[in-house]
Amino acid sequence: MAQDPIHQFHISQLVPIEIGGLDFSFTNSSLFMVATAAVAGGFLYMTTANRGLVPGRMQSVSEMSYEFVANMLRDGAGSQGMRFFPLVFSLFMFVLVANLIGMFPYFFTVTSHIIVTFMLAMLVIGTVVVYGFMKHGLGFLKLFVPQGVPGVLMPLVIAIEVISFLSRPISLSVRLFANMLAGHITLKVFAGFVTSLGALGALGVGGAILPLIMTVALTGLEFLVAFLQAYVFAVLTCMYLNDALHPGH
Amino acid sequence: MSNGPPRDDSENTEPDRDIFDDRELQARRDRLASNLAKLRKRSKSEEEGGSTSARSGWGLAVKVSSEFIAGITVGAILGFGFDSYFGTSPWGLIVLLMLGFAAGVLNVLRAVGKVAEPPKL
Repeated sequence: MAQDPIHQFHISQLVPIEIGGLDFSFTNSSLFMVATAAVAGGFLYMTTANRGLVPGRMQSVSEMSYEFVANMLRDGAGSQGMRFFPLVFSLFMFVLVANLIGMFPYFFTVTSHIIVTFMLAMLVIGTVVVYGFMKHGLGFLKLFVPQGVPGVLMPLVIAIEVISFLSRPISLSVRLFANMLAGHITLKVFAGFVTSLGALGALGVGGAILPLIMTVALTGLEFLVAFLQAYVFAVLTCMYLNDALHPGH
Repeated sequence: MSNGPPRDDSENTEPDRDIFDDRELQARRDRLASNLAKLRKRSKSEEEGGSTSARSGWGLAVKVSSEFIAGITVGAILGFGFDSYFGTSPWGLIVLLMLGFAAGVLNVLRAVGKVAEPPKL
């Protein structure tokens, strides 16, 4: 059990709640989602509560995260995109903090479950669709009609474009989920080699150094991936929001 | 300077200093603005360049494969739904799976930047 690499993703009920035959239990996943929101919100609040014109160390971290997301959004969706800043910033902070919290030993990684990342992706795509139709009406459908395509090919191209659009939430969620899942499993497998080799006696302990080095290196890589995936998620959100703002290619 | 508080000093004894301060302040502000503009431009170009160079091979692999699989998955789901709704099995699945394949290829080509994206506004 201790070396089962999948065991870390096990969902356990903490407070069983059942409403109308449906399971609404407060699980360890819910607990870590609450913790993620609390840590992200608490950090931003605490660091900007006693803010000064010249930022302190922690305040400048908050300001850097703001600047980072704001620049990303301006580059990806133009200055009009800034109206979506609260959404993009919340998503970025949630994914980033959830990934980083998952790096603690014995902690649960919220983003390693596809349903969580899929709902985040659906939130983005839902915003794109609703805002696109609200702002442009049926003109939003121009998104699916590339320019300069011969009329005969039009139905085929439109069908492909529609499927391509529908595949966005899936690829967005699968990418984040697969990265976190695969990374944590790899880490656990290599760490498992250390203990199983160590149980083999003196030679095994000597050999266990190799997977130990690998585990240390992978831990560093995982921190990079944790940040990179939050960044990628936010960048793609900006790109999709750009489609909602300017659908006519 | 030595006895009075610093506020008195600037207000009464040296009126010239005020003008000097203003001019100085303006010059500093201009310098700061031009520095900021330079920094902004640089950070923008850094981010554009960084997005490709910072991406590791593993990240690229997951990115491209997720794009491709997502296209096929959506095609398969749509085809299966179409068939079970209209009872045209297996034709909906066949056609939409192929369209999904095409969409997956399109996604991959877009992801690696082989399809010319429309200019961003």
